[in-house]
Parts: sequence; C-alpha cells; structure tokens
Amino acid sequence: MNRRGYLCCDALDLNEIKGDATEMPKRTDIKRILVIGSGPIIIGQAAEFDYAGTQACQSLREEGYEVILVNSNPATIMTDKEVADKVYMEPLTKSFLAKIIRKERPDAVLPSLGGQTGLNLVVELAEAGILEANHVEILGTHLSSIEQAEDRDLFRSLMNELNEPVPESIIATQVEEAVAFANEIGYPIIVRPAFTLGGTGGGIVDNEQDLRTVVENGLTLSPVTQCLIERSIAGYKEIEYEVMRDANDNAIVVCNMENVDPVGVHTGDSIVVAPAQTMTDVEANMLRDSSLKIIRALKIEGGCNVQLALDPFSHQYYIIEVNPRVSRSSALASKATGYPIAKIAAKIAVGLTLDEIINPVTKTTYAAFEPTIDYIVSKIPRWPFDKFDTANRRLGTQMKATGEVMALGRTFEESMMKAIRSLELKIYHLEIDELKERDDETLWHRAIHVDDERLFVVAELLRRGVAVQEIHEKTMMDIFFLTKLENIVKYEAVVKENPMDVNVLDRAKRLGFSDITLAKYWHVPEVDVYNLRQSAGIVPVYKMVDTCAAEFSSTTPYFYSTMETFTESVKSDRPSVVILGSGPIRIGQGVEFDYATVHCVKAIREAGYEAIVINNNPETVSTDFSISDKLYFEPLTLEDVMHIIDLEQPLGVIVQFGGQTAINLAAGLQSRGATILGTSLANIDRAEDRDKFEKLLKELEIPQPLGSTCRTVEGAKKIANEIGYPVLLRPSYVLGGRAMEIIDHDVEIERYMRSALKEDSKNPILVDRYVTGKEVEVDAISDGIDVYIPGVMEHIERAGVHSGDSLAVYPPQNISEAVMERLIDYTIKLGRGLSIVGLLNIQFIVTKDDEVFVIEVNPRSSRTVPFLSKITDVPMANVASRAIMGESLKAQGYSTGYHPHVPGVYVKAPVFSFSKLRGVDIALGPEMKSTGEAIGKDRSLEKALYKAILASGMKMGEAERVLFTIGNKDKEEALELARNFANIGYEILATHGTHTMLQAQGVRSIPVGKIGENGTTVLDVIRKGQVGFVVNTFTATKKATVTDGFLIRRTAVENNIPCFTSLDTAKAVYNVLASMSFAIEATEA
Amino acid sequence: MNFNRKLVLADGTVFPGNGFGSKEEVIAEVMFNTGMTGYQEILTDPSYHNQMVCMTYPMIGNYGINQEDYESKSHGASALIVKEYCEVPSNWSAVQTLDEFLKSRNTPGLCDVDTRALTIRIREAGAIRGIMVDATVSDEEALAKLNATEVLTAHVKQVTPKASYKVPTQNKKFRVVFMAFGAKQGIINELAARGCEVIVVPYHTTFEEIKALNPDGVVLSNGPGDPTDIPEVLPVIRELQVNYPLFGVCLGHQLFALANGATTSKMKFGHHGGNVPVKDIALGRTLITSQNHGYQVNRESLEGTDLELTHYAINDDTVEGVKHKKYPAFTVQYHPEAHPGPSDSKYLFDQFIANLSK
Repeated sequence: MNRRGYLCCDALDLNEIKGDATEMPKRTDIKRILVIGSGPIIIGQAAEFDYAGTQACQSLREEGYEVILVNSNPATIMTDKEVADKVYMEPLTKSFLAKIIRKERPDAVLPSLGGQTGLNLVVELAEAGILEANHVEILGTHLSSIEQAEDRDLFRSLMNELNEPVPESIIATQVEEAVAFANEIGYPIIVRPAFTLGGTGGGIVDNEQDLRTVVENGLTLSPVTQCLIERSIAGYKEIEYEVMRDANDNAIVVCNMENVDPVGVHTGDSIVVAPAQTMTDVEANMLRDSSLKIIRALKIEGGCNVQLALDPFSHQYYIIEVNPRVSRSSALASKATGYPIAKIAAKIAVGLTLDEIINPVTKTTYAAFEPTIDYIVSKIPRWPFDKFDTANRRLGTQMKATGEVMALGRTFEESMMKAIRSLELKIYHLEIDELKERDDETLWHRAIHVDDERLFVVAELLRRGVAVQEIHEKTMMDIFFLTKLENIVKYEAVVKENPMDVNVLDRAKRLGFSDITLAKYWHVPEVDVYNLRQSAGIVPVYKMVDTCAAEFSSTTPYFYSTMETFTESVKSDRPSVVILGSGPIRIGQGVEFDYATVHCVKAIREAGYEAIVINNNPETVSTDFSISDKLYFEPLTLEDVMHIIDLEQPLGVIVQFGGQTAINLAAGLQSRGATILGTSLANIDRAEDRDKFEKLLKELEIPQPLGSTCRTVEGAKKIANEIGYPVLLRPSYVLGGRAMEIIDHDVEIERYMRSALKEDSKNPILVDRYVTGKEVEVDAISDGIDVYIPGVMEHIERAGVHSGDSLAVYPPQNISEAVMERLIDYTIKLGRGLSIVGLLNIQFIVTKDDEVFVIEVNPRSSRTVPFLSKITDVPMANVASRAIMGESLKAQGYSTGYHPHVPGVYVKAPVFSFSKLRGVDIALGPEMKSTGEAIGKDRSLEKALYKAILASGMKMGEAERVLFTIGNKDKEEALELARNFANIGYEILATHGTHTMLQAQGVRSIPVGKIGENGTTVLDVIRKGQVGFVVNTFTATKKATVTDGFLIRRTAVENNIPCFTSLDTAKAVYNVLASMSFAIEATEA
Repeated sequence: MNFNRKLVLADGTVFPGNGFGSKEEVIAEVMFNTGMTGYQEILTDPSYHNQMVCMTYPMIGNYGINQEDYESKSHGASALIVKEYCEVPSNWSAVQTLDEFLKSRNTPGLCDVDTRALTIRIREAGAIRGIMVDATVSDEEALAKLNATEVLTAHVKQVTPKASYKVPTQNKKFRVVFMAFGAKQGIINELAARGCEVIVVPYHTTFEEIKALNPDGVVLSNGPGDPTDIPEVLPVIRELQVNYPLFGVCLGHQLFALANGATTSKMKFGHHGGNVPVKDIALGRTLITSQNHGYQVNRESLEGTDLELTHYAINDDTVEGVKHKKYPAFTVQYHPEAHPGPSDSKYLFDQFIANLSK
C-alpha cells in the first residue's frame, strides 16, 4: 500500500491553492431552494435528520432564501409549517419529487441533509434529466461527488489517485467473482452491498459457504446489484473525522471520534467516544490531513464524514468509507462539541465561507476553527433487542440500533457510566446481574462474537479476574478502554467493603457510580445515599459546552454534570420549568415524543418562563441548545434529574411529553419534593393502575373489556378462565405494547408470566378479554374543565395489532355518527374524570355491533400528536403546555368538543426495519415493531392510502402476482380477497392448503411447493421476485421462530417483497390497487 | 477528596490537586493549552520554558511517551497541570508513561485539578504567575515565596544550544542556518525533509559567523519569553535579511518585526492551542494553525515600516505573519511545522525553499 511518511505530508499542494483565491459571496442568483428530508425513521436513518434538516431550513431562511421542504415523515419538527416556506408531506419518490419541482420551480436543491434517501433521490432525479430540464442546481454535494463517494469503484480509484490507502477489494456483480477474490486473498472477507442504508445486507464472513449466502442476499438488496468484497481489517482502531469545507476550499475538522469497538462492528452499532483517545498527535493529524484531502478532492461544500481504520501496531491506516453529507455521526459531533454542522453546512451551500460565518456558540469568533473540548463524550447505541427477544443480537457490518444516547463527563469512567444510565435498560452500572450466572466460556464467546451487551460481558470477565491483556488480545478492544473499565470494576470491591464511607462515596461518585448501585451494594434505600451525599456536600457541578474549552467567554446554555468543584450553571431570577425529554429513540418511543417536547419548550418560553430541558439523545431537535433556555445533557434517572432540580429550584417538572421515560420518573420526583406540573401524579396513577382505572370507569359508566390484574401465574390463569380465552396479557407502566401478547392457552400463560415476572416483579400484569373489533384512537387536550378533541383516527387493522403498527386513518371512514358521539362523550368524561391537565390519548375498540370499549388511557402525549397537529393545525403540545401553566383552554380559544373534520383523508403508515433485524418475526401483533411512520394525504381514502404505503417504502403494483399462504382460521376471509385480486387481473400463487381451498371455491391459483419439497417452493418464488407481495396469516399456537410461516415472512423481508400478515392491511392494499386498475369484466351475455 | 499538592496563583486563588511526576516546588507563569493531543511535544518544546502548562483536555497521557515526538531533548515546560493523567497508556509507540517521563525530566505534575476552573481564571486574570507546592505548605507561605521570587527574563539564554551542530539530510540541496532561540525539532525535520542540511547555531551567533557557514538561507526559530529581552540579535537579523532568504517562526517572527521597526506587546493570555484560524491574505483562505505565543507584534506598529501584513488571526485580528517589502524574508507567528497540531501551513516551508532556489 502506498502511504505518505508523515515528515513530508504537506497538507496542501501549493500550486493547487493558488488557482482558487477568490472570495465567494453569498449566492444571489438563487432564491428558492428545495430541501429533501430523509422520510420515515428506520434503522440507520433516524431523528438525526430531523435535527439536521430543521437546522438547515432555518439557516437558509435566515439568509433570506425561500425554502420548499419535502418529507413524508409527519412526526418531525422539520415538517412543521413554521420551519419552511412550503412543506410538502409527500412520498419521497422520483415521480412525486418531479411533480413538486415542476409546480414549485425551485432554483436549487439541497440533498445532503436528507441522509441516504435525499442523496439517492437527487441522483435519480438527475439521471432522469428532471433537474436539468427544470434548471435545478444541486447545492452542497455535486452529483459527481455523490457518485465518487458512493460508487465503490469510483471511490477506490479516487483514493488511489490521492495516494490514500484502501483495503484490497473488488466489486462483485456475481457470487462467483466474490468467491474467486476470497480464494486469492484469504478470509475473513467483508461484504458490503452498494447503495444500501446502514450497511443493510452486509457482513464479515470467514468461509465460502457464508460468503455465497451473504453475497447473494447483498446483490438482491443493492439497487445497482453490486457488492464490495473486501479484505477484512477487523480489529483495527475505527476512527471517524467530521469535516467541513466551503467553496473557497477552507476546510476544517469539527471533531474526531474513536470507536471503543474496533473495526468489525458498524459505527452506528459501536460504542464511540469523542475525541479520539489513543492516537498520538502525529497519528491524529495524519488522519486529519487525509480526511481534509478527501473532502477537498470530492469538492464537497458542506459536511462530510470520513471513517478510517488505524493499525493498532503501526502508523498504517486505511480509508473505510466517506459519507458526502451530514450523517448520524455529524449530529453526534454537533452535540458533542456544540458546533452546529448542519446549520453551517446549509450556509456554505449557498456560498458563504467558514471564515465569514460567526460561530453561533461563542458569537465572538468564526466558524472557521476547530472545536476543542474539555470533557469526554460517550455514545452508546440503543438496540431493540429488549422488544425482539428472538432477534439475532450479533453485531457486525449491518446496523441494528434504533437510537443512541450520549453522555459527557470529565473522565472516561464518569462519561461511560452516565451513558449506561441513559440507556433506560434498568441498568445503572457497568453490570448486568444475569451475566453472573453465565460460565466463562459463554462470556468469552459473547466477548469475541460481539453482541449488544459486550461492554457488560467484558466487565464481567474483568470482575472474574481476567487480565486486561487477555481480553485485549481476544477482542482487540484497546487496553486504554479496558483499563478504564477495570478501574470501575476494581472499585466495586472497595465500595462493598466500606458501606456509607464518605471518602469511598466521593471516589465512587467520581468513577460514575450511581446512587442506585451504591444503595444496592450497601443494602440501604437509595435515598439514604442521596442524603449522605447531600450532608457531605458530594454533589455534581455543571460545566458548559462551549466549543473552545473555556478559551473564550461563551454564554451557551448547554451544560453537563461532573464531580468537580466549580459550577458554571447559575440559577436565573426568572421562574423556570423543567421539561423532561424522552431519551433514546426506541421502538414505541420515537421522534414523536421529541416533537412534543420541542413544542412544549416553545410554549413554556412564549409564556414567559425559563424552559430547562433534560435529555440525553444526541440525534434530536430537543437537544439543540438553541431550542431551550437551558439544556442539561444528562441521564434521565431520579438521581440525575434531582440534582438539576436542587440547583434550579424550578416551579415544577413537566413529565407528559417525554413518553414513558418521563412519566416513570414522576413518582420518585414528587417523593423527593419536586412539583409535577399538569395532570397530577395521583391521576396519572389512576390511569395506569388497572384497579383504580376500573373503579373510575365504573363511576363514569364507560365499558372496558373484562379483565383484572395479577402478580402470579396461578392468578393469571384464574382470571383467564373466568373471562374466557383469548386474553390479552401485558405489564402495566409500559409503552409501545412491550411484552403484550394475545394468548389462548393455559400453557402459554405460564410461559408468559414467568418471563414477565422476571422482568418486573413490582408492577402487576394486566389480563383482559381480547375483544375483536375496530380500533380507534383519540387524542385530546384538557385543562381539567374543558376537553378539546382535535381528532379521532380509525385503524385499518383490527384490534390486536398494536396501534403504532396499524395504518391509521383520519377522519374515521367507517364509524357511525352515533359511535363518534359516544367516543367524544367518553373522551370528555375521561379527561374530566382524571382531571387531565395537558394531553391524553385513548384507545377504543368498536365492535361490529357498535359497542365501544376503552382499552387504555395514556395521560400524556402520544405517538399521534404530531400527525394530528399537522392535519388539524391545532398545535396540541403547545396548547397543552399553556394549559399546564394555568392558561385555560377557553382563554386560548378552545372549548369542550370535537374539532371539525378537516377536508381530505390522511393516512399514517407504519414503517418497519425488519430487513436489518435477522431472526425477528415480522408478523404484526399487540407488541409494537415499527420504527417510524409516513403520511399519505389526498382527497380520497384510496389515494391517501396509496401515498402512505408508497411513502412507507413499499413497492406497489410492480409484479401483478400475489402469493397467498393462509392459516386455517382465516381461510374463509382470505377467499374473498383472493377472488378480488383475481378479478383485477392478478395471478394468485398459493401454498397447498390455501390452493386447495381456493380451487374448491372456484378461484384459480397456481400451487407452489412447501419448504423442503422438491421443485419450486414458496421460498423460491419469493427469492426470485416472482411475486409482487405476500399475504401470510397463521394460527398462533406457539411463539416458534422456525415455522414455515416464519421462514416465508423473513424471506419476503430479506428480498424486499412486501408481506402482509393482517388481512386488513392486505385488503387496504387491494382497494388501492383496485382503484388504480381498470376493470376487466366481460359483458354479460 | 484529600489532596497532597496545590497550585497557588499570584492573586491568591488556590487549586488543590495531587502530585505526580517529580515532587519539587516550582514557580512559573501559568498558562493553558487547548490541544487535545500533543502533550509530549508541548512538554518538550523549549518555548514553554519557565511556564506551567495547564492542559484543558482533562485526560492526559493516554498514549504515553514515545521516542519520536520529542521537540527537544532537554528543555520544555516547568510543570504540567491536568485533570487526570493516564497511568496505563496505550499506543504501540509508547515507551514510557507520562508519570515516568516527568520524573525523568524532573518536572512536577499536578492532577485532579478542576482545570476548567483554572482556565477560566487565567482567561479572566490573564497569564498569571503561580507556585506549585505540597498541600502542607500554607497558602500564605506559598504566596510569600512566590512574591519574593524574581520574575525571570533570560529565557532564551537558558534554552539556546551551547554550541552549533549540523543536522544532515538525505539528498542535500541546500544549507540552512537555524538560529535557535529555543528551537523545535519539528522545524528542523521539515527543513531536512525538503533537502536542507540544517546547521543549528546558538542565538548569539554573529552575522560573520553565519556568513562563514555559507548558507543558502536562514531560519529564525521559536523560543520562550519576551522578544525584547534579547535586543542584541536585532542588528544580526537586519544584516541577514539583506543577504539571505529568511524565514521565521513565533519568537523568530517577533524578533524579525522588532528588527524592522515594529513593536511587540504581551497578550492577555495569548494563543496556545492547535485550532487557531489564520487568514493567509495572499491565498484568500483561512487555515487552522498550531500556536503558542504570549506576545504579539502590534498591528498598528507595522505602519511606516518595510513590513507587510501577510497573515492575521480572524478571531482577534492579531498579526500572524509579515513579509519584508524588499527582501525575500517572511515570518509567521504560528507553527507551520505543527507538532503538535494541524499541518495546514506546511506550504510555508515550500515557499521558503522556493526563495532559496531563486
């Protein structure tokens, strides 16, 4: 490999510089700019693009440009009408973009802030000639740069030209090419499909058989049918540089980061620290030079992420990849340093240069500088394995995390322990008790074959006395990080031996030990530790994040805690309110909650109070320090929140916008003397405690499905037999239907209860009669007297599918006026009955006979608040926040009742990330599985549905063939659907049983073989893309993951073929397709 | 926490900490450096002579001390102040821990210090003297000792080499005399890498002595302290610039400006770090530079001299580079050789080499 020695590594070529010395003024030849968002949240593309996109739009408007925004994700701040001049919530496809371009005639398009989606779309638009035909210029990243960075071949040749080393690789378009290459250079080999999100479909393989499997899959997933086959450099240090460049060729590094997990684990799935810790200054600058050289060569105007691998035993390095756009890492770098990359990138895109843009943090210096930080930042990904217990937890080149947390501290130990607490996994220390029961062999296996708990597995090995060196040799994790982890583990023994010792307490707090952990080790209540610390003065101070390590005076209201002496956060004279955020993005608690938090903050500020935000998610808008009066980047635990309350002495704490995270803290906060603003704790409890809730419903005369609560296996069986199967089991105090199951046997109850009680033995389990019917969801705002209902949504899927995974329609299409009245009446009664002050969300079931049952009431903001706010133009979180602060609904212009229907039909479609999560069953059920949502709006239901489904990423109507594989109980219902499809000219394929049934009923279908049979099997037709989609239902007997149905569903997902497990979804899709098809009916003779 | 050492500033502020490295008392100016890496280069840079360096990055010593990254073998900072030093460093090139290194150089270290609080104090008070002592010494006693100690001025005399020496190069094209006021190895390496045989000479070397070496050009090095402490070199510089292409760095830049009639002054807390944006007027571009200076050339004093402003810091408009209007002589306030810090400005060495070739 060619590599420069550092002695002669001149960062700039003198001749190159001279050509280009002109000042670049702000562009005046463009006026209207199209900004493309990243669409629905999926694994690999999450809330970071809401943060980046929102900043960019505001930044462009500050400069006087008109911004036209397209994004199909209604749950974002970005799609608020205040953010852009025009907001299009339309599907992010070439044809919709083309329509918008022709209608709006923008002068330019800014694609580099909408993630991979934005970039891919602009490439498509350009290739189709749409940009040229409409005279739309691409800003920021030029088409050629996108191609050079994304196309593996072009990228490699650019790196060769620049003398920048890349691992040996080939582009394979066929499996055999990959095998030949691997035979030549040897295993392990890395496979990366081209142009896929978050490395979808890639992996490290160490034998030919695996190579063949992964490459075959990768070629299918890659839109250009290409895979990069590459020498594995697993074990190298993985380093990232966030760099920026302007049109005048000024280029800077915002931040470098080092992955605690060496090369081999996707950076989105790696624990990362900033700045890099184990590189010498020479190494850091060697990689800096290389990163700047690349951004200059790509001529990017804006931000760019460069990932590098550094040999832990020499100065040898390789370029791994370049993202020519803002990214998850740039959001992290922005929050880690305070430097707003997206905001600056947008200004650069319109011609401003780094040395004329003021640094918004110091306000006295310029953006052309490199932030220096005086703390260490830790990021830990948040994985969905708590929800998907069958998922393959192994980490590799395919990202699996849905979100992440960030923590800041003045030592590695402090920072990492804060990050662990922020994850909200009920883990408050570098310790998972369950791992103590595992034998050494299991631990070693998990340490080497990385999974989501490796950090804790390694800690457990250290706890067992394994030497740092040995772990280093087997995992390649750096000795630096391992030693720090060992510091924590070693001190546990000291802590345990010295209960309530003030000196030990002091040292333990400096190492990041939480009060909960100390209390556990000392066998005392947590509050005793807190009180001991208070009396000994062992409390954290707050330091400012200022981009410059205090070199310049700054007034950034952005703080983190540390155990030191001098605090920079001073309580102001103004009355303040603390607003708790919702922590990391996870399934069930997504960006919707950040949306509501941001609106709450705005309302609190408008009402004249100081708004103080506590949150730990680096991806979101709420942790942009310019949103609130004060931002504390802290874990959301009782201890961490109380420290801030002790310092700030706020009027109170608002918990209802931060999802279940914040709600769950309410009781503890109140018990320590904090005031909960809005709906009282007692009433929150009445809504969440099954017995109290049942009593309330009786009083209000509102029916609910029969049911009760229990804490034992026997108790659960007894209730189930009394009310009759099927029953719905779920724990109390959870969000997103976590661990919710429909069960119809005693045996299954036993299994369920055992695992549920292990998870949480404190709170009871709810056992309810499973009522079949239509599910309806209502969001309302109340001040305790008036209850205003902005909207009611009807779910397409019948009850039993989690509301977050259902297609939701506004306004309801099949609800009678009488039922509507009853829904409204019940909502008003519940709002008043629970003395709700703020938001409430209610889930109802409407049966065939128009009976209405309440299934649950959530005394807080919900997933549908942004969706409804945008449709109805009622700023729900804002109105609710003002109500919380004492301004009545009447005073705000709202009275009790239902907001009139808004014209048009609006559909919210769930978006899943199943292709990234192997081993997860995609079948819909009471437990939520989707990661995001898309909106479709139009004049008719079919059109809105079409758009929503399209926006959710499904391809529709390409192959006019549909595969039916139907469980016995659904056969009758499926018959009609199959017949309908046949009538619009679709060819029906069916598995044996289904085929026989269809045949008997006169619907023509082609039989396909079962799995394992000779000839063409059901899996073959899916793999080969011979069907447009699959309708698969099953009879739930047990939760097995190896049934044929499971394999069919997984194969569909992995081959990017839509698979519907609810007949309701399939019917909705049929309706759309039917509305798009011409009828082919013969004239009756 | 129980502390065994402390830093007492001249204004009476006390920063408790724990000792590492050597344990002696030290009295010196306290300044901060914002580089997140580069402690080895900083600790061995003679420009830090008689200064206690507070690193703003809280975890120092992570990658240990290696054999490559020395800027000088014997001179450097008087003491190091950190939040935390790393006892178990990790880098393949490390041969020593930071603690071992400080002990071997007889340099005291102070850890567990709230370095951000200290940095803010320095930012507000300006560069300030301090004394590092054991915790057992009372604050009053420490302060009295500090006040009784004379402020040192003869920094350059202490760090300049005692005799001249030659640094060979492969594929020699030029011979360059390097006037060492406290020279960094990094500058020598950059010259050597460009085919210069470098003859390092003590700061008081006369024009005739340099002429006798028959160089193609002369470089004025960086160095510690106030440039007005050594007025004896100014006439030498005036003769050199007429006869040889000249390049100067940091203190060398200040001396060049003084020699040509400009003036210098002490800054409040100077520029110390690897992230200072500097505009190169001719290029029309802003570069990120490595800096370490407590004195500056006064911008208004350039007026009426033969010097032309070539570089300035965009954040405070201070002078970062000048060139002579008549002679091929130019100097910069910052460190184009990097080590530590970014290497954006290495092209300046190419410009100097270009002058040698003319």
